[in-house]
Amino acid sequence: MSSVFFYALTGVGLFTLGLYALIVYTHLLRKILAINVMGSGIFLLLVSLAARTRGAPDPVPHAMVITGIVVAISATALALVLMLRLREASDRVELPEEPME
Amino acid sequence: MTKLNNKQRLFRLLLLVLLSVLAAGLGYAVLKLPLQAPGLSTRVTENLVVSGVSNPVTAVLLNFRGYDTLLEMAVLLLALLAVWSLGSQSERRESAPGAVLDMLSRLLIPLFIMVSGYLLWVGAHAPGGAFQAGSVLAAAGVLLLLAGWRPGVWFVGLPLRITLVLGLAMFVAVAVAVQLAGWRLLEFPLPVAGTLILLIEAAATLSIGITLAALFFGHRPQTGQDSGSQTEQGEK
Amino acid sequence: MTLLQWTFDLVLGFTLLWLAWRTLASEDLFKGIVLFIAFGLLMALAWVRLDAPDIALAEAAIGAGLTGALLLAALAKLTAPKAKPEDSPPHD
Repeated sequence: MSSVFFYALTGVGLFTLGLYALIVYTHLLRKILAINVMGSGIFLLLVSLAARTRGAPDPVPHAMVITGIVVAISATALALVLMLRLREASDRVELPEEPME
Repeated sequence: MTKLNNKQRLFRLLLLVLLSVLAAGLGYAVLKLPLQAPGLSTRVTENLVVSGVSNPVTAVLLNFRGYDTLLEMAVLLLALLAVWSLGSQSERRESAPGAVLDMLSRLLIPLFIMVSGYLLWVGAHAPGGAFQAGSVLAAAGVLLLLAGWRPGVWFVGLPLRITLVLGLAMFVAVAVAVQLAGWRLLEFPLPVAGTLILLIEAAATLSIGITLAALFFGHRPQTGQDSGSQTEQGEK
Repeated sequence: MTLLQWTFDLVLGFTLLWLAWRTLASEDLFKGIVLFIAFGLLMALAWVRLDAPDIALAEAAIGAGLTGALLLAALAKLTAPKAKPEDSPPHD
């Protein structure tokens, strides 16, 4: 396994870690952090698979990841403003813990 | 962290097992991929000469997949519109920056602007381009906002809106102009491709910088007229 | 693939995973966000290792810098004491 596949597996690991944190934590800011970590994992996976070429790497996934980074920050900004609005409206910043029946 | 009862512990364990299976499946799928796969890199290298630039990533971003970049500028604008429409007014007062921030920002911001211009120019033949230059410009904007500077009243009305829309508008204008001149949508003819790409990138740099700094600012900047009135959501 | 490059890649990958876990599981949100900024900077290193310098530039500026600034500003607004609405009108 070349080192490129090692980065791909790291990407998979980051995605899974972020997904676990997204599901388990109730604080909204943690959820936003988790989504960002998931996004970074996916980008790592994409670009490491693009580096499998013999010479220069495949530039199309590079362009997609640059686009993805910019879209991720706009989504994060919007999510943060939504979280602040939610706190103003309901005075609470965590999702309610559901009682397990 | 709150204490977990047994049901929640069981839930978390089950979640861990399921996610491990997911990770194992993804890892297996990744490892089964062939070791060498050129993907689209040969196609891009063959067509690089007609794209107008010599950096393959810039060629893909601005020429071959230019439509995606156009839509991405629209996404940035939409995010800013959504943030502005949520309309929370923060009662942040202007404060004078501390000595370190004051001096550093005076030193760094001209440097940021210069680096941004360089990244924009060099993106045609080396790593760089509109997004990198725009983000450095946005960092300069964020530093200014943190140091307590606010744009003058003359700027936050129409000029701000024009700068925000400039990138998307330039892209759409080039697309329409090229189509009116007889080519297909966003197909840049070879003699002017480099110039058109630089034009679009320059407008996009300004727009991306201003949009990201405005996203950091968080709410619609108030113009001078309504700072005295107490209307619920700031007008204009 | 020399041993040095392999070691570097291994260390970088494991540090990324460890930083991500510490970011998400930290008790203090401020610490978590600072670790997230560090995570972004290490991602920029990973992009350089993967022959993607354009992405490295974008990640360092946007992913680490701007996202970190956004998160810290949001955290500051979250933990600020609630301002009374009858204060002085905003001067922004």
